[in-house]
Amino acid sequence: MKSKILLTIKILIISILISLSLKNITMASTFSEEQTINITKNLRCLICQGQTIHESNSDFAESMKKYIKGELENGKTDEEIFSSLVEKYGQWIVYDPGISRNTLLLWALPLLLFLIGGAIIGKRILKKYE
Amino acid sequence: MSENQIFTDFEVVELIDEKKINFNKVLFGKNFYLINIWSSWCEPCKDESDKLLELKNDTSIMMIGINYKDKKKNALNFLKLHGDPFDQIFIDKQGTISINFGAYGVPETFLVDEDNKVLKKYIGPLNDKDVYEIKNITNH
Amino acid sequence: MVISQLGYYSLIFGLLTSVFIFFNSSIQLKKNNLVISNKTFGLIGFQFFFVFISFISLIYSFIISDFSNETVYNNSHTTKPLFYKITGTWGNHEGSLLLWLLVLTGVLLGFIFKSRNEPNNYRLLTTLFHQIIVIGFFIFVLKTSNPFNEIFPVQKEGLGLNPILQDPALGIHPPILYLGYVGTSIIFSAALASMISNYVNKSWAKNIKFWILFSWIFLTGGILLGSIWAYYELGWGGFWFWDPVENVSLMPWLSLTALLHCILTLEKREFFKKWTIVLCIITFALSMVGTFLVRSGILNSVHTFANDPSRGIYILTFLLVLVLLSFVIFITYENKNFTQKSEIFTLSKETAVLINNWFILYFLSVVLIGTIYPIFLDVILDEQISVGPPFYNKLILPFLIPFVLFMSIGPSLKWIKTNFKIGVKSFLVIVFTLILSLITVYYIGEKNIFVLLLFVGFFYLLFKSLDQFREKTKNFAQIFSHTGFSLLLISILLNSFSSKEIVKNIQVGESFTLKNEKIIFKKIAVEKEKNYESIIGFFEVLDEKNKIINLQPEIRIYNEPEMATSEASIKTTLFKDRFITINIIKDQNFFNVRYQHKPFMIWIWISTLIIMLGGMFAIFRKNKEVNI
Repeated sequence: MKSKILLTIKILIISILISLSLKNITMASTFSEEQTINITKNLRCLICQGQTIHESNSDFAESMKKYIKGELENGKTDEEIFSSLVEKYGQWIVYDPGISRNTLLLWALPLLLFLIGGAIIGKRILKKYE
Repeated sequence: MSENQIFTDFEVVELIDEKKINFNKVLFGKNFYLINIWSSWCEPCKDESDKLLELKNDTSIMMIGINYKDKKKNALNFLKLHGDPFDQIFIDKQGTISINFGAYGVPETFLVDEDNKVLKKYIGPLNDKDVYEIKNITNH
Repeated sequence: MVISQLGYYSLIFGLLTSVFIFFNSSIQLKKNNLVISNKTFGLIGFQFFFVFISFISLIYSFIISDFSNETVYNNSHTTKPLFYKITGTWGNHEGSLLLWLLVLTGVLLGFIFKSRNEPNNYRLLTTLFHQIIVIGFFIFVLKTSNPFNEIFPVQKEGLGLNPILQDPALGIHPPILYLGYVGTSIIFSAALASMISNYVNKSWAKNIKFWILFSWIFLTGGILLGSIWAYYELGWGGFWFWDPVENVSLMPWLSLTALLHCILTLEKREFFKKWTIVLCIITFALSMVGTFLVRSGILNSVHTFANDPSRGIYILTFLLVLVLLSFVIFITYENKNFTQKSEIFTLSKETAVLINNWFILYFLSVVLIGTIYPIFLDVILDEQISVGPPFYNKLILPFLIPFVLFMSIGPSLKWIKTNFKIGVKSFLVIVFTLILSLITVYYIGEKNIFVLLLFVGFFYLLFKSLDQFREKTKNFAQIFSHTGFSLLLISILLNSFSSKEIVKNIQVGESFTLKNEKIIFKKIAVEKEKNYESIIGFFEVLDEKNKIINLQPEIRIYNEPEMATSEASIKTTLFKDRFITINIIKDQNFFNVRYQHKPFMIWIWISTLIIMLGGMFAIFRKNKEVNI
């Protein structure tokens, strides 16, 4: 299995070296590049180790980038794309956990602790004036 | 796409005659549909082809292949070599159709019922246990 | 083979020594000896020596590629360069735990040596508590993670080290990080000891301050090395991802930073005794939590944890025992130690430290909850969520603005009470800050008022910190660390807002542009090295002044294990890094080229070094008048 991967890569290199003389092929236009990057930076590459779609060059990530470009060309908004991907792949795919029933505590707990801390400190400082 | 979800509609292209068709029209007339994402360059797909051929014998299932990021010539060779388990094959040159399915890569298999609802999803090659499970569902 | 066995038995002897030290120091405590006996001191030396021998044996087994040793077999290969054979020693679970033990026993030896003039019962109690941790980890290593397991029949060749770990920065990252991370253990032991021996006072603060600074400096350095590695090795130009593995090193760092400010207050004013002790305990507990998260495999997936739960459950149980122990001691000895001095004036350095701790602990809670909440959700509800940068940015960035403002004025406040007045100079600093922030925001083309506020806060901190240089009694530790911190924040902000990137699929001979630069793909070459083959892309960048910059990114195909990695090529200048990586595309004739401008990258590293320098000033400053 492993040596086959190596062989494939080697064949690839050779084929690239051979094909160097071939004329270039024009690539698709850079439609809303910034917008695509913004979306792909907030998506997890599900088959990678802690990489975003934007950062990854895996098959999955490359397909996802094309898919998102396609959706943007079809006039979909960022929100629509995110929610359709969450529907397909689950909440795991988006890096922004958003506020929902499951994540309410996640957002609220740190803020609550901040308030409690503030109250304790405030009480301590104001004690003098009582 | 996780289990219990229903496929939304989108356009697919056939491998052989390169005709465009809406996917919802494909999922018609049978009790079950087995959608298998495969590719000629995918090693585990070779081991999986026996399992798919076995499932082809089940007449209540329509076997649908999604040929992932492949070349037509290689794909046809692959089917000649390992047998063709599919009733219909569509191409996914860019891998975006598979994203529509909510798939991770190759191979991946979905069992869908007549209401287009996903009953089972298998990431990676099917094994004997999976085949047994699928047969159990379709024979009810 | 023999050496490997030596290592194993050395560990056993180490464990026996620990048990012996534990009982020996208990007996000595009962006797109430006035001087710590040479015997105890010698035993602690022996304990370290045994672990050291064991550690050296493992390194030796790696160097000679002794594949009868399972750890060596799993993580090394004969074709690997010597340096990576050595660093491979701690590039795996078993070896890194042996490093844990080495640092754990080492800091105790250092502590005993450095605390010669401290009360004897305090030193003995610290030894006693530390032995509990040491014994716990000895058993953990021997029971679940023995680095000296033998395999039979002996293999001819090893499986190799993950290529992305074959890197100089990552090679020394674990030892540096562990000195800080595991160094916090001695703070924990000493804090418990100081409570029981009724020694939570100025002299204790002076004594333990060294170890807090020691851990803090090394932890900062360890995190820095990890970030540098991620920046150039992972290939997409990022340096911090809010990944759980990173978060577990940031958490004790935050806690140490809070503790650092407290201990200085305790040293000066005998304030915050209770809180300081709590922070000492929290810091080490966070270290243990991190060890649990990383070593149990629970971070990758709760399911890997379920497959082999023994390691995780052991650390978790051990952590709970330690926390419970500290809790009991804290409750029992609370009243004996802490007579409340409650008077705090609104405008005083004490208040500033309190506010500092308030914010830092909030940041800590964000990181902690963001890291472990998804695990709980997965275990309890079987729901998977990702908590990524958007979460941390939203909860941390808004709070940074008041935080840096307090940080700016804190150092100029006096102990006990300050009479605050705004002079012409402070007014000028504010005006200058505003102007510079506006220019910066205009320059990077960001219209967001929030970004402007961030810059205002960060620049204000920078100028206020630099302003301290004019003062008569300069506190270099504080000036450097605060200046470094403000520079770090400014660089990160500039970096994240004005990075430019372009991704193209091109062939040799083609070119593309980014801003005013032209990037030309000249040629590729294939080279063969000892343990990998590399495809090198030769790129020429013509900058705005038509100067040629050469970049040579690589794709390396390692042979053991077989794996392709992408090596970035980076040209650093004072104002920006040029960063390029290439990748092969399957079934295509072009390369995927990613070219980036990363502004102020080098300042992120430099400012972190300045922060560390501040810590070093604090260590080497002797008995002078201390301010925070």
